Amino acid sequence: MDLTATTTIRKPAPEVYAFWRDLENLPTFMAHLDQVRTTGATTSHWSASAPFGKDLEWDAEIVDETPTEKIQWRSTGEAAVPNSGTVRFVPAPDGVSTEVHVALVYDLPGGAVGKAVAKYFGEEPHQLLDDDLRRLKQVLETGEVVRSDGAPWGKRAREEFPQRPAQPLSDAEVEKGAEA
Amino acid sequence: MRANTWAGRNKVEVRDVPDPRILNSRDAIVRITSTAICGSDLHLVDGYVPTMQDGDVLGHEFMGEVIEVGPGVARDRLSVGDRVVVPFPIACGACAACAAELYSCCENTNPNAGIAEKMFGHPVAGIFGYSHLTGGYAGGQAQYARVPFADVNPLRIESDLTDEQVLFLSDILPTGYMGAEMCDIQPTDVVAVWGAGPVGQFAMDSARVLGAARVIAIDKEPYRLRMAEQAGHTPVNFEEVDVRSALLELTGGRGPDKCIDAVGMEATHGSAHIAAYDRLKQAVRSETDRPHALRQAITSCRSGGVVSVIGVYGGLLDKFPAGAWMNRSLTLRTGQCHVQRYMKPLLARIERGEIDPTRIITHTLPLDEADRGFEIFKNKEEDCEKVVLKP
Ligand SMILES: NC(=O)c1ccc[n+]([C@@H]2O[C@H](COP(=O)([O-])OP(=O)(O)OC[C@H]3O[C@@H](n4cnc5c(N)ncnc54)[C@H](O)[C@@H]3O)[C@@H](O)[C@H]2O)c1
Ligand SMILES: [Zn+2]
Ligand SMILES: [Zn+2]
Repeated sequence: MDLTATTTIRKPAPEVYAFWRDLENLPTFMAHLDQVRTTGATTSHWSASAPFGKDLEWDAEIVDETPTEKIQWRSTGEAAVPNSGTVRFVPAPDGVSTEVHVALVYDLPGGAVGKAVAKYFGEEPHQLLDDDLRRLKQVLETGEVVRSDGAPWGKRAREEFPQRPAQPLSDAEVEKGAEA
Repeated sequence: MRANTWAGRNKVEVRDVPDPRILNSRDAIVRITSTAICGSDLHLVDGYVPTMQDGDVLGHEFMGEVIEVGPGVARDRLSVGDRVVVPFPIACGACAACAAELYSCCENTNPNAGIAEKMFGHPVAGIFGYSHLTGGYAGGQAQYARVPFADVNPLRIESDLTDEQVLFLSDILPTGYMGAEMCDIQPTDVVAVWGAGPVGQFAMDSARVLGAARVIAIDKEPYRLRMAEQAGHTPVNFEEVDVRSALLELTGGRGPDKCIDAVGMEATHGSAHIAAYDRLKQAVRSETDRPHALRQAITSCRSGGVVSVIGVYGGLLDKFPAGAWMNRSLTLRTGQCHVQRYMKPLLARIERGEIDPTRIITHTLPLDEADRGFEIFKNKEEDCEKVVLKP
């Protein structure tokens, strides 16, 4: 499965690049990731639960990078869902913003895991990546992922559609949401 | 707290809901002192805007006192105790749209941007109390509201103007003003405004403030036309006269130089069969909007003129007079109002007495009577023009 998405962020390329290059930042805006831990100069350990029907962990390494311009990575070892990705940072014509172009490739295995991933991404899988980039933009331009009463949990907004009503959360909901 | 909620098509209900809380660090909580019912709320309640849900708190025109601010709000921007008017589009202040003062197109404040993008091609800003398509934000027909990006959006009121004088800076006064501003008004211009509702009235007043030679008010409600006439505008009742002939007569055959649509997607039509055609198409969802006012504005406008659309459209419409628009060099301009752009200059105009926003208020009701407020505003009962609610 090949996914591409792009957005423009009103920050200079070095800043956008630096945020992404600190891979531990990825889960703040990528819906399917729970955690990324840096394990070396170019290596990292990733974990995800949502798309795969169960907790999955894998190692990854950066295979190519050009500071402020490009990062390319791939999973290593026995990943249950082998995957790779490239992100490019291109100065926008306005002279202040940066275009972020992302391409991800998932090698879908057969069996339950493959099915779970396919179901998670649904009929228009690029939309999830679009949403990830919208949140990246929110974080870099405003400081955090924007929440509303109908979509109070940030990363979970789309999967909750139709959402809870646009009315303030009760204490019980806040407790439950914080756990989920 | 008490809050007025959407309870299905044609039904609103004041219910007990939890008090709002800070969800993002730049939020504030406002205790609402005055709030209002808008024509846009009618589109929601009449069921023309998708993604409404049972229990959604309505309302996008509100003001009050700041009672809590999040840790990310600088104290010189906003503090507890400040008296504020809150603009209806939620803007982040940092994206390219905000930098261009296109606040209602803010790229960051709609958590459901993906859904809005499907509908509109590109997403739009979050709006209080205005469906999940614009973010799913609880609205301000309530005792309290959470206000995101509180360091960017609310306007502080430091003078002793009454709530009634400043409340409409939240929406309809800037909206009417933007409608007139988009017309690029010249001293020789005759400006025709479709709709003598609250938005139309303020578009008319703004056209005059911006120097129009004459302002024409088109509607069918005699009391609304009277209100426009008392403010110095020329009334045309589309149920009594043929609008086209009346406009030609009033402009020596030229047609109005500038036309403002302050009606939107639920326009009614003087001619029964055309009204029925659009009503049916709308009912079977092959057309979501009834564009009578817009069609008439386009065909009436003089060649080379401007048609400025502030009435709200939600989806698709039929029989758009593209030929008239193209062949006669018309300019079509529109937008949800970029309220933040206009709040300060319009506050100054209110302080100088150039515009009196209170002239349109006909009803002030307790919040608990919101359903009656909707009833009389929608059905044009008791000569209702604008309802202010007191929580
Ligand atoms: N662009 C924005 O940012 C913005 C902001 C606020 C409101 N609005 C929109 O402005 C519009 C008006 O709002 P309002 O509060 O004044 O509502 P309203 O419903 O009180 O007023 C609409 C008026 O239009 C009249 N009308 C109906 N059909 C007509 C026709 N064919 N020709 C002339 N008049 C006709 C009605 O009799 C009514 O008086 C609504 O569509 C509302 O959603 C837009
Ligand atoms: Zn309004
Ligand atoms: Zn913005």
